Amino acid sequence: MRYNDVNIKITKPRPVVAPYIAESKATLARPTVAALWSENIAMTTKQTPRTMLDKIWDEHVVRYEPGQQTILYIDLQLVHEVTSPQAFEGLRISGRRVRRPERTVATVDHNVPTTDRSLPIADPVSKQQIDVLRENCRQFGVKLYDIDDPQQGVVHVISPELGLTQPGMTIVCGDSHTATHGAFGSLAFGIGTSEVEHVLATQTLLQQKPKTLEIRIDGRLAPGVSAKDMILYIIGKISTSGGTGYCIEYTGSAIRSLSMEQRMTMCNMSIEAGARAGMIAPDETTFQYLKGRQFAPKGKDFDAAVDRWKRLPTDQGAGYDRVERFAAADIRPQVTWGTNPGQVVDVGGKVPYPADYDDPAQQKAVAKALQYMGLTGGEPINSIAVDRVFIGSCTNGRIEDLRAAADVVRGRRVADSVDAMVVPGSGPVKRQAEAEGLDKIFTEAGFQWREPGCSMCLAMNPDVLEPGQRCASTSNRNFEGRQGKGGRTHLVSPAMAAAAAVEGHFVDVSQ
Amino acid sequence: MQPFTQHTGLVVPMDRVDVDTDQIIPKQFLKRIERTGFGQFLFFDWRFLENGGDNPEFELNRPEYDGASILLARRNFGCGSSREHAPWALEDYGFRVIIAPSFADIFYNNCFKNGMLPIRLDEAAVNDLFARAAKYQGYRLSVDLERRTITDQHGLSLTFEVDDFRRQCLLDGLDDIALTLEHEEKITEYEQTHGIV
Repeated sequence: MRYNDVNIKITKPRPVVAPYIAESKATLARPTVAALWSENIAMTTKQTPRTMLDKIWDEHVVRYEPGQQTILYIDLQLVHEVTSPQAFEGLRISGRRVRRPERTVATVDHNVPTTDRSLPIADPVSKQQIDVLRENCRQFGVKLYDIDDPQQGVVHVISPELGLTQPGMTIVCGDSHTATHGAFGSLAFGIGTSEVEHVLATQTLLQQKPKTLEIRIDGRLAPGVSAKDMILYIIGKISTSGGTGYCIEYTGSAIRSLSMEQRMTMCNMSIEAGARAGMIAPDETTFQYLKGRQFAPKGKDFDAAVDRWKRLPTDQGAGYDRVERFAAADIRPQVTWGTNPGQVVDVGGKVPYPADYDDPAQQKAVAKALQYMGLTGGEPINSIAVDRVFIGSCTNGRIEDLRAAADVVRGRRVADSVDAMVVPGSGPVKRQAEAEGLDKIFTEAGFQWREPGCSMCLAMNPDVLEPGQRCASTSNRNFEGRQGKGGRTHLVSPAMAAAAAVEGHFVDVSQ
Repeated sequence: MQPFTQHTGLVVPMDRVDVDTDQIIPKQFLKRIERTGFGQFLFFDWRFLENGGDNPEFELNRPEYDGASILLARRNFGCGSSREHAPWALEDYGFRVIIAPSFADIFYNNCFKNGMLPIRLDEAAVNDLFARAAKYQGYRLSVDLERRTITDQHGLSLTFEVDDFRRQCLLDGLDDIALTLEHEEKITEYEQTHGIV
């Protein structure tokens, strides 16, 4: 009820000013990204109850013609080295410029080594891709958080950290985990490189409005159960294509009680359920997170922004196209056993057999996944031994994730048979962890403590699994070969990964 | 972008659900800075053996599917990463049409940007096509985007749904950016009314 009692008044349209652009300019010449609103949000809300997606969508329509795709304004585009070179090249070929360089922010994350940054990048092809991004940012006037920048990190970690990600915005990036930013009540989704070029050139996208899927989770999570377990559980229930064509809105008391970082973990993996975007209504947790961040509004402008943001949540009476409900109390720590994130089971459970499924296509897929994973079916999850542990990524590379892992590791040792690493999601996460002494907890236990980047989430840099190696990973995808050809990935929460590191096999951290 | 109007070609069936973009183009090939030349890496880990030779078990390597340009797939094709390298690799390899019961959203969208037509058919129709591809050697389909039809030489005639706007863009080989920039004054107007200066 907290959102529905906001008194929305019809106000006269008046010119909208950019309330905090001047301040942003004072701190840094660019970027100056602001979610700027007109008053028609308040006006139309009075008429018809709308979902949060409706409100953000309506606010960003540049042109709508029936039978055509909508031209949607994009408030912020995030850029990284892997999916952008061909887009910038396209601009050069057609003689176009970046329309809004101040709404475009770049970093290097996918390819960067996580070892000593004072050394040159050993892989010449990775180095070239990073060099090309540098040159593109220089040529087109885009702010780059480069490898030596104290703010550098995984793109979906640094944008919220900098306060660039704000409620009500449209945010895109050539990366499917852009859904992360929906945790703030923004519409954020991944796009292909052609669309990256389209946004660079026009600051808009041609889009069809997605359908809405409410995923409501009520109740309290048990101790030791995290947002990661919650999202893996949901994907297990609705499947990796269950959200295709939808924008998910996560609601319910279990969601409201999550911190911002946990909300980001939830929204991050929306794409693993097939949904391009996942979102959570902003509330006091959101506003407190944003307050004081570099690019967040300041002073009175912040208060004014909060007033606008409070109008975002879905109106009472607004309908979703589909609703799925879950009880937080049903959720145990989760471990994936297969080669997609929907192939997941409770930590106390067993690996399934192909015959456990009715659908022949599913039976075949399960048999193939088991073969790849070196499993036969029927193994208790707790009996599965791991060779490697990876803690990090845009899903679970934030400070709370590292704290949760460190709590498990404190005073213990990584099992002799396990090679374990922690890769902080960003420079600020790394420094914060070091200030809290978490790095010592990890290194004294035998973990490697690395520099920030995507690292072994997708293994484009030298952090790669060997064929046949089994890894407990806090990342988001367990596809074949994702962490290295022949590598076997089990997705888990940070606490579960840490426990697997010290025990040498999966254990139930909630026990 | 190359236009797509009609296409007739050899069908290769790929009887696997949830084929993800990490399989279509593994990450080690994402470091290139060009749009072209990805076909040689298509389905790399499935297509090639450890010693670099062709994996004879893999669908695309079977001699009867040599030169195939229509990929017949199962549900949730193209799930996972947003990498446009996936459609670039499929297109560069020679595919013009992909038929499946469902596609991942980003992949589906990316295909249209590259002159490739993804066609959604219901499960029963896809099952029928798999059966036909198994029954008739050198099975070929003709796809007509203008009329939204799929036909074969054995009496099959299907229609398919495709968004009008995307269909027109593909038929004309239109460049999205140029299309949008026809409305540049609307973008400028939006920016002015929203204080974006």
